Amino acid sequence: MQLTTIQLEKKANEIRQDLIKMLEHAGSGHSAGPLGLADIFTALYFNIMKHDPKNPDWDGRDIMILSNGHCTPIRYVTMAHAGYFPKDELMTLRQYGSRLQGHPERTRLPGLETTSGPLGSGLSQAAGMAKALQIDDVHNRWVYCVTSDGEHDEGNFWEAAMFAAKNRLHNLVAIVDRNNIQIDGNTESVMPLENLRDKWEAFGWHVIEIDGHNMESIIDACSMARAIVEKPSVVIAHTIPGKGVPFMEYDYHWHGAPPNSEQAKEALKKLRSLGGKITGEHE
Amino acid sequence: MDMHLAANIGADDIAQEATRAGFGRGLLEAGKRWPEVVGLCADLTESTRMIEFAEAFPARFVEMGVAEQNLVTVASGLAAIGKIPFAASYAAFSPGRNWEQIRTTICLNDRPVKIVGAHAGISVGPDGATHQMLEDIALMRVLPNMVVVVPGDSIEAEKATLAIAHNNKPTYIRLAREKTPIFTTAHTPFEIGRAYVLAQGSDVAIMATGIMSYQALLAAKSLEAKGMKAEVVHVPTVKPLDEDTILASARKCGRVVTVEEAQSAAGFGGAVAEFLTERLPMPVLRLGMPDRFGESGAPNELLGHFGLTGEHIAKRTAEWCQNTPQYHR
Repeated sequence: MQLTTIQLEKKANEIRQDLIKMLEHAGSGHSAGPLGLADIFTALYFNIMKHDPKNPDWDGRDIMILSNGHCTPIRYVTMAHAGYFPKDELMTLRQYGSRLQGHPERTRLPGLETTSGPLGSGLSQAAGMAKALQIDDVHNRWVYCVTSDGEHDEGNFWEAAMFAAKNRLHNLVAIVDRNNIQIDGNTESVMPLENLRDKWEAFGWHVIEIDGHNMESIIDACSMARAIVEKPSVVIAHTIPGKGVPFMEYDYHWHGAPPNSEQAKEALKKLRSLGGKITGEHE
Repeated sequence: MDMHLAANIGADDIAQEATRAGFGRGLLEAGKRWPEVVGLCADLTESTRMIEFAEAFPARFVEMGVAEQNLVTVASGLAAIGKIPFAASYAAFSPGRNWEQIRTTICLNDRPVKIVGAHAGISVGPDGATHQMLEDIALMRVLPNMVVVVPGDSIEAEKATLAIAHNNKPTYIRLAREKTPIFTTAHTPFEIGRAYVLAQGSDVAIMATGIMSYQALLAAKSLEAKGMKAEVVHVPTVKPLDEDTILASARKCGRVVTVEEAQSAAGFGGAVAEFLTERLPMPVLRLGMPDRFGESGAPNELLGHFGLTGEHIAKRTAEWCQNTPQYHR
């Protein structure tokens, strides 16, 4: 499945709307990160990755690990749109018995690739997968690992970065959701990460910095990453937390909170009218 | 059942070998039989005895450096692509340092990673308390989906390694540093999840795991001289517990002593006590480290000091039995 840029932008907007509806219905869950990642996830599932929604275990597929597991709502919505499961199942998020657990559990829902939530371990697992593919001499599968910026605080994270560089895992592409927020506030107030590019380069990675909301940039960055063979690549995607919903944007308080029904209504109005650009639209 | 034990149990010159040596042989053999087997080590390749595997299969050996969190999470990733990873370090660091990652990426995630906890127990010796891991049995057995194996000698360690290589479950295998007596033979049965009666008796059941089972045999011999017939049960699989065998010996003897080279709380003895409390409540004496850390010393000196030798086990058991009537129903 490979949508064009315009189709991807439209799809990302639909996905954001379903995300808001899902979070409001659940009454629990994370808003800022998932909204910020919507474009990246749309690009991954609808253009970049080799995968088959009807065959989640296809052994020729690319793999995407979501290391910042709390952002799983955006993954669930994107997967539903891609055909992994029916869209109405999205309304079961975080409910007892649901396949859509609060943090993703591999054994509950085909296509999740791993279980995550506790931060800092996804890159290691992605590196392990990339290493296995290297051992098996597989050349046409890639492992993408979406991570948050906040989880760069974890020691485990840098163990993985060192390991990937040592083993020249060029089939591993990290994508950092550089939205500058974490629970206690701005990343640079809580535990400064800058100069982030320098840190990654020092650890032996090829660094690509992009606007995380520009479809062409996302696609081009992954394409370039696949062409870099001397080292693993990291795409530092600068994103706006809460992107698409003006009253949520740039505000770290929306990290772990879902919209209530009034806020959801307002958010959907904004999303449907592309941030107020389309006037006169009915509710 | 004839256990085909070694002929010279109790002899001063009984053959001795470290359980880690048996693991090394077992891993090499597993590597030959199953191409999916891969080895990972956190900078301790020689002392964990993974070195033979690493030299035989360099493309399937992954050096992790001193990074135990990465050790088990990379192993989880390898398992995702169909590998059977053996991830080795000292038990103090793995599962000591990386317990959460084991919980999330291996147990909850259901990946068949084999966590090798070497240099466990007080017998680590001169390195001292920081390196004498005593809490690993408790830490691992409380995790859902985890199998916990503590081999009694090097021959059993070799068999256990081969068995866990294809059990398709997250598994913890605990190894010791020091040479210990080989009390089993090639014909001694070993099956994951089975406990074995090594000596028959009815006055008290001494149930032990790992290298303590040999000490339990010595204790039984010593008790026999005092007119007490102890049943000795070797329990190499702490989880899942062989409830049938343990229940049968407990019912027969009416009182149970457990022995492990670990904290006496929450580990092997805890598992036995929990089980019996529910099924057949009776007195259970848990021998092990008495809620304290170890210290530097020679291994045998430390084992003696902390009561983990046949002689001390016999003494504690005899004293305890004097004031503890057997439960009979």
